[in-house]
Amino acid sequence: MWDGYDSPGCWDELLVDRKARYACDGVVRYLGLLGDDLAGRQAAAELAIRSMGITFTVYSQSANIDQAWPFDVIPRVISTQEWAQISLGLIQRLTALNLFIDDLYGDAKVVADGVLPEEVLSSSVNYLPQCKGIRPPQGVWAHICGSDLVRDADGTMYVLEDNLRVPSGVSYMLENRQVTKRVFADLFRDLDIHPVDDYPNKLAGLLADLSPHPGEVPVIAVLTPGVFNSAYFEHAFLAQQMGAHLVEGKDLVVEADDCVYMRTIAGLVRVDVIYRRVDDIFLDPEEFRADSLVGVRGLMRAWRSGNVAIANAPGAGVADDKVVYSYVPALIRYYLHEEPKIPNVPTWLCHRDVDRSHVLAHLDEMVVKPANGSGGHGVFVGSMATKGAKEEMCRRVEANPRNYIAQPIVSLSTCPTLSNGRIVPRHLDLRPFILSGDQPYVTAGGLTRVALKEGSLVVNSSQGGGSKDTWVIDPTVVPAHGHGHQVQGQHSQAQHGEARS
Amino acid sequence: MTREGSTLLSRVAESVYWAGRYLERAEATARLVHVHTELFLDLPKAAGANWAPLLAVTGSGEAFHDRHAKASEEEVVAFLATSSDHHGSIVSSIACAHANLRVTQAILPSEAWGVLHRLHLWAGRTRNRAVDRRTRLAWTDQLIRQCQLFSGLLEGTMSHDDTYAFLVIGRDLERADMTTRVLDVQAGMLIGRHDGAGPYADLMWMGVLRSLCALQMFRRIAGPMVSGPATLNFLLRDLQFPRSVERCLVEISRALLELVRHDDPMAGCAEVQQLLEGADLASLGVDVPSAVALHDYADSLQQGLGKLHELLVTTYFQMEPSPAIPAPTPTVLLRV
Repeated sequence: MWDGYDSPGCWDELLVDRKARYACDGVVRYLGLLGDDLAGRQAAAELAIRSMGITFTVYSQSANIDQAWPFDVIPRVISTQEWAQISLGLIQRLTALNLFIDDLYGDAKVVADGVLPEEVLSSSVNYLPQCKGIRPPQGVWAHICGSDLVRDADGTMYVLEDNLRVPSGVSYMLENRQVTKRVFADLFRDLDIHPVDDYPNKLAGLLADLSPHPGEVPVIAVLTPGVFNSAYFEHAFLAQQMGAHLVEGKDLVVEADDCVYMRTIAGLVRVDVIYRRVDDIFLDPEEFRADSLVGVRGLMRAWRSGNVAIANAPGAGVADDKVVYSYVPALIRYYLHEEPKIPNVPTWLCHRDVDRSHVLAHLDEMVVKPANGSGGHGVFVGSMATKGAKEEMCRRVEANPRNYIAQPIVSLSTCPTLSNGRIVPRHLDLRPFILSGDQPYVTAGGLTRVALKEGSLVVNSSQGGGSKDTWVIDPTVVPAHGHGHQVQGQHSQAQHGEARS
Repeated sequence: MTREGSTLLSRVAESVYWAGRYLERAEATARLVHVHTELFLDLPKAAGANWAPLLAVTGSGEAFHDRHAKASEEEVVAFLATSSDHHGSIVSSIACAHANLRVTQAILPSEAWGVLHRLHLWAGRTRNRAVDRRTRLAWTDQLIRQCQLFSGLLEGTMSHDDTYAFLVIGRDLERADMTTRVLDVQAGMLIGRHDGAGPYADLMWMGVLRSLCALQMFRRIAGPMVSGPATLNFLLRDLQFPRSVERCLVEISRALLELVRHDDPMAGCAEVQQLLEGADLASLGVDVPSAVALHDYADSLQQGLGKLHELLVTTYFQMEPSPAIPAPTPTVLLRV
């Protein structure tokens, strides 16, 4: 089955020299037993996705805006041992980021102490001066974080970016699991695959704890930009799973008492907690973009008065800035006095003259990204660019250097993926979700996104990416009924692929 | 667990209400097309039957004649079943119900949403089967079954809460409206015949019962003989038959009772019920003058139902915009 499977120059998540990697042997053996039936399982998965109505929305195709969620049936596997280490690193990172945001909108000691240059702060488009002096409960600004992890050719796991504004994808992680449970039911009996379905409960608990009216049953609302937003499916899904209200801006009103109310058939009902999936600048036309149709007039006023909790807090997106990202290792050392457990991808900041000359001289080996982009838009991959595209990129960087960062091209790890009935290596990344409640929580695995085109490094679903289920497996657990796989005794550090700091 | 008053969003209530109406419309139209097709398979060509009454029942005659010169079978069926530029067509109604419930997906049992989602995809994919006579009956059957599956899933797996109440109210208002339309068309046909009811009266009234899926239940309580007054009595006042206007109004008031602020719509409901009780049904639809009276009567019932709809809108759906906030712009609420 694996004859001819090769992923030259890349770390493959499942195989090494066409043999199962640590923690993967159960899955690999099972796939071998399936043989040609694997295509049947893929078809079954696609059928399940259609019938479960799992969709994502593409803006441009107005006639049929709901696209079936592209999914590859072969799972990506991570050992519990490696995942435990990664989880610690992710929690460390989010803890530092929250201390950073709180500091930034407070005394900004991080700037005074020279850790973060003043000009980075003053030129950050996501820094909201309106939040200066506000202190949300426990100083937590980013309650929910989705960080993107990538693995380099030598097996090192890096954080590629942090998403604190409106991280999306968690519903697809949950739905992917529903799909694989249907099509690989037998494997879930034989392997110790960690469950992911507790996420909505953890999120609901976290949000309830934020209510400014303890002792009362909190009214929790998920604020969505509406049905035409690409992540609407997820907003609806999470509201449903949490038993929360799915509201749009026009459903909410801030009254003279600075409380937020929703318009119901019984009249106005006070809202205690808002899980907002609307970007900062659209939240409140009174303070940000006056033309916002998806926001709520007076929302910032209500939040500032402490009458409503908002997750993530307005202003938390300042840490999404990819220039700020490059300072995260320094921020971890500054706030926690620890070494980062998961490294950053080396990053050149184009507003620095030295960095910029280096980037422009080595454009072939670089990925250039807008500092505040999302969804993979505007990402430039030097090795694939035409001469014209490179010249255009140079012009853009020269014209607005603060808006660009550059990183070496990470040869993203691969995983066997079905393509027209053949098993081929495809590049992928991983977006785990981290909750910073009383007890920090990290999803078991996360959303694995896979570039379905050969050689492509772009995994975003809006640009031809698909996804896989992610299985965190404890290979040391042998199933009770004895049909399980044998545990391999020997494995090197590299096979573990553990994150190194 | 205690419920601390209703927290159903006005926007969601309105979407659910419209979804209830659209799904009922789709199903009822499918039944009409089904019954009419069966009828035509029975009749010799010489009988000269035509498809125009179907357009009248669905209130889409004008819209049809704007686009078509004459009412041929295929054109009428395509228009009623699958036309995407006709809001009242079956496929459009399913699409509207889907669009409305998509907004409120979060509060529907996911299994039920899955059924509606598949129905929506299926109806769009198979639209050509609705027009072809050889496949039409199977298509309408399948569509009705899927609508029933959806209603059944909601009935059995969704809490019968405020949200569900609006679904029921939408469904029964549409159902009552459809029954009055069918009667109105019957009145129109009677007016058109110089012999009044004539020797075919029984057959015509049987057709009325059939198109509302009521013949079998009618016979169980009224026996084999079909007459105008008995039919009217059954379709308007029967308390057990789920498609009689009275029964629909009872369902609506039961749903309203569970809701807050129900005084105005309850009064609107009672007004239509009084119209039902006050009418002298024995004198309606037996000859040409009384057919005119039947038409007027059906019209007054429809106006009463229209007023009930307005009361629901002003009581529950209309979001009073406070001065600082621009009026909400409707997004996916498609109405006829």
